Amino acid sequence: MSEPLLASEDHPVAHPGYATFLKVWAALVVLTGVLVLMSRFGQSSAVWGLLLVTPVKAWLVFYFFMHLKYEGPLLKGVVLITLGTLLIFFALMFSDVAFR
Amino acid sequence: MTASSHAPAVHRDDFAAKLGMWLFLVTEMVLFGGLFLAYSYMRSQYPGDFHRAGTELNATLGVTNTVVLLTSSLTVALSIVAVQRGERRRALAFLGTTLGLGVVFLTIKSIEWAAKFHHGLYPGAAHLATLPHGEQVFFGLYFTMTGLHGLHVIAGLGVLAYMFRKVARGEIGPERPLLLENAGLYWHLVDVIWIFLLPLFYLAA
Repeated sequence: MSEPLLASEDHPVAHPGYATFLKVWAALVVLTGVLVLMSRFGQSSAVWGLLLVTPVKAWLVFYFFMHLKYEGPLLKGVVLITLGTLLIFFALMFSDVAFR
Repeated sequence: MTASSHAPAVHRDDFAAKLGMWLFLVTEMVLFGGLFLAYSYMRSQYPGDFHRAGTELNATLGVTNTVVLLTSSLTVALSIVAVQRGERRRALAFLGTTLGLGVVFLTIKSIEWAAKFHHGLYPGAAHLATLPHGEQVFFGLYFTMTGLHGLHVIAGLGVLAYMFRKVARGEIGPERPLLLENAGLYWHLVDVIWIFLLPLFYLAA
């Protein structure tokens, strides 16, 4: 196996410090500001904010606050499969709505 | 823990515990995912009604609550760093801040809900029944999704208060941070869900 499946067991990684989390929090607050700003420029701009900025914010929380960056491929896979499944549900629903 | 020949061997598997927590969290993601799906469908059916109903919500309170929840997530993450470094008092201060911010979130939420009730904008209200169908659906989804999220905040506060007690008693420390880490994962997920609720209801409706 080229990469350990269970990163937290046999290959403990260095824990991130206070500064890392403070930077991530600052980025999240700035992105919230961007989202609010985009919503001021009308409906379509607000929807683009929802589609582009919100996933980045969620990714920051998952990747840093929830430590996914420091986990092995198994935990990352569990989350990705779930999100992928949800995405398929959304695609099926909108394709159904579009051709009705 | 002192090693005694009579002490039973305590089985401990941190990775399994973390995997179990994540498996629970993905069921939560699917639970809210279904509601996001319902929102998306209804919004595509009633775009005008959703827009009008969305202007009834107070975006300032929504954004304020976002910053409150993001900051509470930060302090949970910082408390875990403090526990890993053996800085118990600092960890308790961070956790206490999280608990306080959670209460602030719920207080702001209840002020918002009270205003909606005051204006007759709740499921079953006579006034809401006179509004277009799409607006009724909007407020139904609003109360369902922010209500379910609020229940998660209350549950998270209960779990974190329990963790506070365990850290204070030294039952969670540098050798055993996992319980707090798993509780933190739950709190962060509650934060992620709110990150999506903000634009859906307050900004982009």
